[in-house]
Order: sequence, then structure tokens, then C-alpha cells
Amino acid sequence: MFSLSRKNVITLVIFSAIVLTMPIWLKPLGAAYPGLMQKFVIYAIFAIGFNILFGLTGYLSFGHAAFLGVGSYTAVWSFKLLTMDMIPALIFAVIFAGIFALFIGYFSLRRSGIYFSILTLAFAQMSYSLAYSVLTPITFGETGLLIARDDPRAIDAMLGVNQSASGMPVPSLLGFELGGYSGFYICAVVLIVAFFLSQMIFASPFGMALRGIKSNQTRMMYTGFNTKPYMLTAFVISGMFAGLAGGLLAVTDPIAGAERMKWTESGNLVLMTMLGGVGTLVGPVVGAWLIKYLENIFSAINTNMLNNFFDFLPDGVQTVMVTVMSKFVGEGWHLTLGLMFVLIVVFLPGGLVEGTERLVRRFRRIAGPSDEPTGKMASGRAGND
Amino acid sequence: MTEATQNVVLHVADVYKNFSGLKALSDIDLQIVEGQTHAIIGPNGAGKSTLLNVIIGRLAPTSGAVIFEGAVLTGKSPHEINQLGISRVFQTPEIFADLSVLYNVMAPAFARRDGSFRIDIFHAVEDQIEIREEAEKLLHDFGLYDRREDHAGALSRGDKRRLELAMCLIQRPRLLLLDEPTAGMSRHDTNSTIDLLQTIKESGMTIVIIEHDMHVVFSPADRVSVLAQGQFIASGLPQDVKGDPRVKEAYLGGAVE
Amino acid sequence: MDAILAQLLNGLDKGGAYALIALGLTLVFGTLGVVNFAHGALFMLGCFCAVVLRQLLTIETVTVDPTQLSPWGAAVEVRTPLVQAWLGDWGAFLVDYSVPISVLFAVPVMLVIGIALERGLIKHFYKRSHAEQILVTFGVAIVLQEIVKSFFGANPMPQPIPTDLRGAADVGAWLGMEANQLTYPMWRLVYLLFSLGVIGAVFAFMRFTTFGMVVRAGMTDRETVGVLGIDIDRRFTIIFGLAAVVAGVAGAMYTPLLAPNYHIGMDFLVLSFVVVVVGGMGSLPGAVVAGFLLGILQSYASMNEVKEILPGIDQIIIYLVAIVILLVRPRGLMGRSGIMEG
Repeated sequence: MFSLSRKNVITLVIFSAIVLTMPIWLKPLGAAYPGLMQKFVIYAIFAIGFNILFGLTGYLSFGHAAFLGVGSYTAVWSFKLLTMDMIPALIFAVIFAGIFALFIGYFSLRRSGIYFSILTLAFAQMSYSLAYSVLTPITFGETGLLIARDDPRAIDAMLGVNQSASGMPVPSLLGFELGGYSGFYICAVVLIVAFFLSQMIFASPFGMALRGIKSNQTRMMYTGFNTKPYMLTAFVISGMFAGLAGGLLAVTDPIAGAERMKWTESGNLVLMTMLGGVGTLVGPVVGAWLIKYLENIFSAINTNMLNNFFDFLPDGVQTVMVTVMSKFVGEGWHLTLGLMFVLIVVFLPGGLVEGTERLVRRFRRIAGPSDEPTGKMASGRAGND
Repeated sequence: MTEATQNVVLHVADVYKNFSGLKALSDIDLQIVEGQTHAIIGPNGAGKSTLLNVIIGRLAPTSGAVIFEGAVLTGKSPHEINQLGISRVFQTPEIFADLSVLYNVMAPAFARRDGSFRIDIFHAVEDQIEIREEAEKLLHDFGLYDRREDHAGALSRGDKRRLELAMCLIQRPRLLLLDEPTAGMSRHDTNSTIDLLQTIKESGMTIVIIEHDMHVVFSPADRVSVLAQGQFIASGLPQDVKGDPRVKEAYLGGAVE
Repeated sequence: MDAILAQLLNGLDKGGAYALIALGLTLVFGTLGVVNFAHGALFMLGCFCAVVLRQLLTIETVTVDPTQLSPWGAAVEVRTPLVQAWLGDWGAFLVDYSVPISVLFAVPVMLVIGIALERGLIKHFYKRSHAEQILVTFGVAIVLQEIVKSFFGANPMPQPIPTDLRGAADVGAWLGMEANQLTYPMWRLVYLLFSLGVIGAVFAFMRFTTFGMVVRAGMTDRETVGVLGIDIDRRFTIIFGLAAVVAGVAGAMYTPLLAPNYHIGMDFLVLSFVVVVVGGMGSLPGAVVAGFLLGILQSYASMNEVKEILPGIDQIIIYLVAIVILLVRPRGLMGRSGIMEG
């Protein structure tokens, strides 16, 4: 039943190894904190899900942050009302995000192209505004949704689970409290499962149909495919991945706020996916990791560090360099991010994965002319629209 | 040999189509018999495209009906019509330019096997040996086997046309619709397409060809209907139609090539 | 009745801003075929043209006036804007009218920025996918707003209305009502008239100049215009510059109504995209009509009477309208079919 090609199995094994050994290989990069690694893993899931929609069908959604938000809220409510166990929280997060995506997708998918993007954007912005206004009883608006010691937690109460006598309750898995590295490894396992699912979708007839829709919707219809439900399924699946990511964010830090739903967050998601490579399997993961890593590095740098770094320069030059560079780091990290958006789209339209493939091919051509053409159909991706 | 004893696959019954008062089609009655190749020819603007669009359900006739093996096609969506057994070749080839040539042919086979919608993520396309072999064989017959791994978008125009035909044929349609299959082709490509049509016809396929160029259809067609100003002015065996003075006048306008 | 009329007026000035932004957005859409997510940032830059001009005009000299003493006996520092010191009353006038004057300042600045942006970046994206256009312009928007943030900080920077225009206009009296029945802040009225003027100018430009005719032809059928061999590249550049100018002046004049901060552009961007879509992509009259329409609708939705019935409606009305319009009438109010679809 779970048939993966040899190549995919190898990819999966390597991928799993890379994810699980993160604490080791991230150490020299100065990023081996559990909190940061959790982010790497969670945003990779988010991007993988987005790629199933955008990469395979070419439909650019600008509303996926809303599904992430719904996932977070749902998970925190599950912590508050039912139990601190993460399994129900994640299940509900995925289900609610899926229902939400079904609703938004049903309407948005009646249009294509830029109209679809605007529709998803409008729906997401509407949810964002509502989370700050009418829905404050559910979302707690600007404060954000928090867990409290005296939450009902019906299931925990019923089972007589009594968490740590002092302090806030902590999300758990079947009785084991999560935090730090255990939280990271749980997320890592979920990521590996998500990656595996995306591999299967990519290789399946379903994935092929989605690619067909991206390539030529007219031909799909005249070939006997009912494209609407295919699109809707892809949209819902990708919304559920976003919900899963949102749920995991709540598991690692049980708080949910509306700022996660803002449309610029959706924009960042698009960037992650495009940076790595739209429509490729590992591209979105690479993109998510790189963005989150750079965000962490750049936003942590302050003027002191810059001063130290440019210490070797003459005083005047040092001051100039520090002043200029300080615009790009710390609070100014977004400036770097914006520049990256521009540079990536201009110079790396296919994303890092394709760029690497191209490099490898060129290298091989130099090394020896006797090689088979690689990557020709490896991903089935090509410029959209 | 009367048509009543033969199996009528497609029946276009008394179709009229008006566009805001303008009569695009009037009194169109057409019966396509199983196993035959039926050509519909006519000069530009005669209503060929309108007729085709009425047949495939894209346009609703003002009156009359299109019946395919007992099912009314009007109001059905393209995928439903395809699932009933009608495959269509477009004037400009509609293929999946971003997919490999092989996948182009495999995808329609999935639609045939799995219906118009099925979520199957537990099997890999690569593992569908039966469909794969069928597609490869077809590509072989069409001379495209060596290019099966290439992007379909990289094919020449003639190859794209052949690929599209292969995509239709793998569905084993009950009826194959061809819309100007040689439009914009070189003489060489035109000839090879005619040969290809001959082969397909010999496999027993029911074919409707909409064509502007008379010469393309005269050899493969069993029957020819001539459309002019929205009406059939002649219908019958190719040689009869060819000799019909009305056809000469309306279609060729005196300027016989 | 008066309340309804008052809300109508309240919606008009906001509608004017929407219309101006959407006008440029749809112009760029229709001619260049570019989805410009940086357009909001251009509006923001316009706002900061007003801020910068005011800062320049209010560079002060500090003199100590020994003749005046503060209550605790120290000499009073007198701050005089340099311009005033040099030009006297005329200078004071300049300072007072910094916002309207900044429009003149904004025009060349925005034109240069627009042309530079088009030549340097946008022109390479005519043939790329919409997704890539969106991303690259989104990136530009972030860069622009972060640059502004690094110079001006994150706090809103309110701009004063010229003293003469601070009062309220008794619109009711003009319409034959009793005095003070229906008043409307003078500056909002100015903004409304200003936006109408700019809209009129743009339409006149498009209608009565050869340049405009070619561009309109290009909006209808880009390929034909290309075939005609008209130097479309240069025109595209100018169009982009024009769109930037329109967005910029719209921003500069808006500063007294809403104190600008670095992300004001992003806030307006989504709304103006909605306006463009509602009006119909590529339709200039559609953008204007939809701009005013949505401004007015938003103003009605924020009435307490309405909010009581439909809580939160003021926050989402624009999106709701956009969704409904897109679903019911996909080409928008005045759009042609097929544009930007697929």
C-alpha cells in the first residue's frame, strides 16, 4: 500500500537522518537551541503543505497564515478545555483548519489566477480582523489566547491527571511532559511523517492530476478529470498541514495570537517555498530552514557585535560600516528579508534546489561528458502560469 | 445498406443555434454511425466551430438536442462528456507542456480507469505497470517513444499533435472528435497525419473530423457533410459530395484549387 | 437623514484615497501587466514626502531672548524656523502650508523613484509569472518601508492641517439646510476635491493626449500596440512613474487625516487591491467608482447603529464586498473578461 520508489525511500531516510541529527549539525552553526529547532521543523511542515497547493497546482494562496492561526487557537482551546495531551490538540487543530480551508477553498477556487490570490487574501484578512474584534471571546484579541491554571481540562480532570503542582501546566504526550529537546523530537517525527506524505502525494496519480491542472486545465477537463474536487482536496490538505504546524506551535509554546494570521506571514511562507524551490520535495524545507535561520542570526546581532566584528578597520571606516550594517540586523532584519525576496526572485527564479541542480549539471559536464541528463523530469516543475 | 440497421453513436437532432438573432446553425441533423469516419467540412465561418461546441456541450443549442449513445450531452460539463466516451483533439494541441511525454499519455489513462475524481495517494504513478506499458506501446506506435522522458512542451508542433492524438486514443473513446487536425501543418506533417488517421480508422474507431481543407478528409472519410452558412448543403459518400454542384459553388466558390 | 448624509461625506475622502491608489495600481496592471505589491509603499513614500518637507521647513534656530524671562527667572529660548527667519511671514506661511506644498515636492520625487524602480527592476518582470511579480514587489515594499523605518522610527508622525483649513465646512448650509446641521471638516473636503482633481487630470491625460490614447489601446490589446512598433517601453516607464506620482500625492495630502508610519502602505495595499478587483482589473473608471463605493460603505459600516446589528462589520465590510463581487461578478464592476485570469 505505501509504495515509494527506491529513490524516494533513500531520500526519506537521508531526510530523516538530517532532521533527527539537527542538534548535532546545528551546533557549529550556533543554532542548536530546542526552541529554534522546533521553529525550523514546524515552519518546514507549513511550507511542505503550502507547496502541495502552490507547487503542484500553481494556485498561489495568500491566506495560509489563517489556517496556521486556526490550528494554534484550536490546539490551545483543546489544552484549556480537554487535556494538556498534544494528540487531541493536534487532531483538532488539523480538523478545524481543514474545515476552515474547505470553506475558504470552496469559494476561492471558483476563480483562478490573481483573482484566486485576492480571494484567499480577503478571506484571511477578514479572519485576522475578526480575531481582533468580534471573536475576542474566542481569541482574546491582542492579549492572545493563553492557558491558565484553573482551566477546566475535562479529560485530565476525569482521568485524575494532575500536572506539576507548581507553575503552569505543560503540554504532554501520553503523560510525558514536553519541553526542550523532547518537544523538538516530537516535532521532528511529525515533520518526517509530513515529508513522507508529501512524497506520496507527489508520486501518486492524485499528484499527477494536480500537476496536470497546473499545466493545462482545459486539457484536464477534456480528458475526463473533474478538476474542481481535485483542487479543493489539494487546498484542504495544504490547509490541514498549516493547521498541523499551527497546532505544533501551540504545543511548543501554548499561546495563540492573531498576529500569526496576518497576510505578511502568508507572504513569508510564499518566500520560503520559492526560495527553496516551488514544486520540489525538499525545496520548501530548505527554504523554511534558511529563512528561520537567517532571521535568528540577523535579528540577534546588535551594534556591539558589529563593532567587535569591524574592529580591525580604522575608526572612521568602522563607524560607517557599523552604522550601515546595523540597518540590516536586529530590528532591521526585515530589510534583509525584503532584499532577499528581491534577490531570490531576480537571480534564483527556480529556487535553491534548481540552482544547485543546475550547478551540479554544469560541474558534471566539465568533469566528464558521459552522463545522463539529470533532473529533466525529476520534479516535473516548470515556471508557472 | 441503410443506416437504420447500424448503430448510431452520436445523433445531432434538429439543432438550431442563434446568436442574438443571428442564425449560426439551422436544421442540423447528423447521425454518426459506429465505426465510420464522418467528415464535416465547410468554408471558414460556415459554423463548424459552433457545431463542434454544440456537440461537446460547450454551447447549448437554441433548439434540438445532441444525443450520444442515449445520453443527452447538452448541459453536461467537459469531463462528464469525456467520461461518456468522447475524446477531443483541439485545433491547437492542448497537451501538458510541463509534464513528460510519457505522463501526458498516462494521465488520460488514469481518467479512463479511475473516473473523473479519485484521491489515490497510496500508489505511485510509476508502479502502475499496466498503464505505463500501454502508454509506452502507444508512444512507440506514434514514434514518440524515444522522447518519452522529455517535457511535452519541447516537442515540435507535429509531434504535439501526434501526442494529443495518443492521449485521446489511450482512453479508447467511443467517439473521437478532431478539430482541424492538420491546421497550420507542413505538407509533410499533413500527409503523415492523414496516414495516421487511416490507421486509427482501421482499428474500428468512430471518428468525426471537422476540417477546412477538403483534401485532408476525402481519403479517410466514409461520409462527408458539407456545411455552409449554418446549414448542411450536401451529405453523403465523399465522391458524391465532391461532384455535387452546390458544394462546388458554395464551398469552393468557383476557385477550385 | 443627516446622519446618512454625514456618513456619505465621511466615506468620500477615504474613498478618494482608495480611488487614487487603485487608479495607479490598475494603470500598472492594465498596461504593464504587473501585479505591483509595492504600490502601497509608494503611497507611504508620498506620506513621508510631506514629513520630510515639514522637517526641512522647520529646521530651527534657537536664540535666547534676554528680554523675556520664564517664571523661574531664566531667559526664554525662542525657536524660530529658519525659513521664517529668512523669509518672514512668507516663511511662516510655507511652514503652515507644508502639507499642500509637499504635493509639489512629492511629484518630482515620486516620479524619480517610480522611474528608477521600473527601469531597475520592474521591467525585467513583464514576462515573469504573477507569483514572481508579487514576490519581487512585495520584497521591494518591505525594503522601502524598512528604510523609512530606520530613518523615521516606528511611531506615527502626525502632520498639521494649515490653520486656515482647520475648521469645519458647513456643507448643510450650502445645500440649503439650516446652519450647522451638517458640517464636514474642511480638510476632508479639501482632500476630496483634491482627489477628484487628480482623477480628472489623469482621465484627461488618458483621453486627450496621444500618449494616453496609445496607453489605453495598450490596455485593451497589448499585443497589437507592440506590433505597431510604438515605443512602448518608454511609455511603460512613464506610466509607472505616473502611477507612483498619483500614489505619492495621494499619500502626502492624506497625512493630516491619518498620521503616517512606515507600514501605512501595507495597510492600504490590501485594501486597494480589493478596490481594484471590485472595480474590475484594468478598468480605470472601475477603480475610481469602486474606491469611492468602498470608502462610503466602510463609513456606513462603522456607524454605531450598524455595528449594533452586525458587530465587527466595519472591520470586514471591504473584504466581504470583494468576496461577494468576485464570486457573483468575477470581472468586477467594470472589468473586461479574461484579464489576469489563469
